[in-house]
Amino acid sequence: MNLGPHVGFIVTAYVAAIAIVAGLVAWIVFERRHLNRVLNEFEAHGIRRRSGRAQEDKA
Amino acid sequence: MRLTDLANPSRFLALTDRILPWLAVATLLAFAFGISQAYFAPDDYQQGATVKIMFIHVPAAWLGTFAWILMSIAGLGTLVWRHPLADVAAKAAAPIGAAFTLMCLVTGSLWGRPMWGTYWVWDARLTSVLVLFLMYLGVIALWRTIEDPTRAARVVAVLTLVGAINIPIIKFSVDWWNTLHQPASVLRLGGSTIHPTILVPLIVMLIAFTLLFLALHLAAMRNEIMRRRVRTLLIMQADAATGL
Repeated sequence: MNLGPHVGFIVTAYVAAIAIVAGLVAWIVFERRHLNRVLNEFEAHGIRRRSGRAQEDKA
Repeated sequence: MRLTDLANPSRFLALTDRILPWLAVATLLAFAFGISQAYFAPDDYQQGATVKIMFIHVPAAWLGTFAWILMSIAGLGTLVWRHPLADVAAKAAAPIGAAFTLMCLVTGSLWGRPMWGTYWVWDARLTSVLVLFLMYLGVIALWRTIEDPTRAARVVAVLTLVGAINIPIIKFSVDWWNTLHQPASVLRLGGSTIHPTILVPLIVMLIAFTLLFLALHLAAMRNEIMRRRVRTLLIMQADAATGL
């Protein structure tokens, strides 16, 4: 495929779009891991929300 | 499951855990099909191969405005119905909307330079989209400024609903003022002016980007619910430490 004389602009636009999407995905994934870790630490120390304790009592 | 059951964050989390893997697969398949269609799409008779930038620029513009519309509906949900997930949805949508608006501005500039001879011009369409991007940054900053998420949600909802006036300005700016930007060519009375060989890949890419947005938004909403649980636990821990 020949992208003509403006190939630099086309490639840069696609690279920028990929970088922005990759940044969003990375932010969401790392945030989830961090929050999971913090919630697990609370759980390990026996600190739970009231609704979490109620669910456990029901079970 | 009834729709009202989604008001319960735990049920919402369970549902997103089931939906997200399927949504991710559908997004990847849609992008694989869309990018292959875009790759083989013919060059435009005037713009040549630079028309390929349209396949990312137009979906990014659509999602930049769609996210604000979604935040406005969520803002109504916060102010009128006090729906527990409305402010979660609004907060999660803001950074994603900002990212797609930035993508729209960057790809638009890179398309403008070879076609118009300039990266930027202060015309109505470009300026109103830049204002949208700045409003996203303002909303994100406001969420971070007010510590109590319930109070922050109400303030942000008012700002979002006032800012929604910019959406029709963006859409109709090319009709109301003389601009370098081309007039509407996809969604317009009388049908699209784009040839089907380019319009079909564009529609597939619009679907792929919309699926991506939905997947990212659901994942970000899930994170926001977890973040609020962490906040609740921190407050409980502090109360226990001070003997309250």
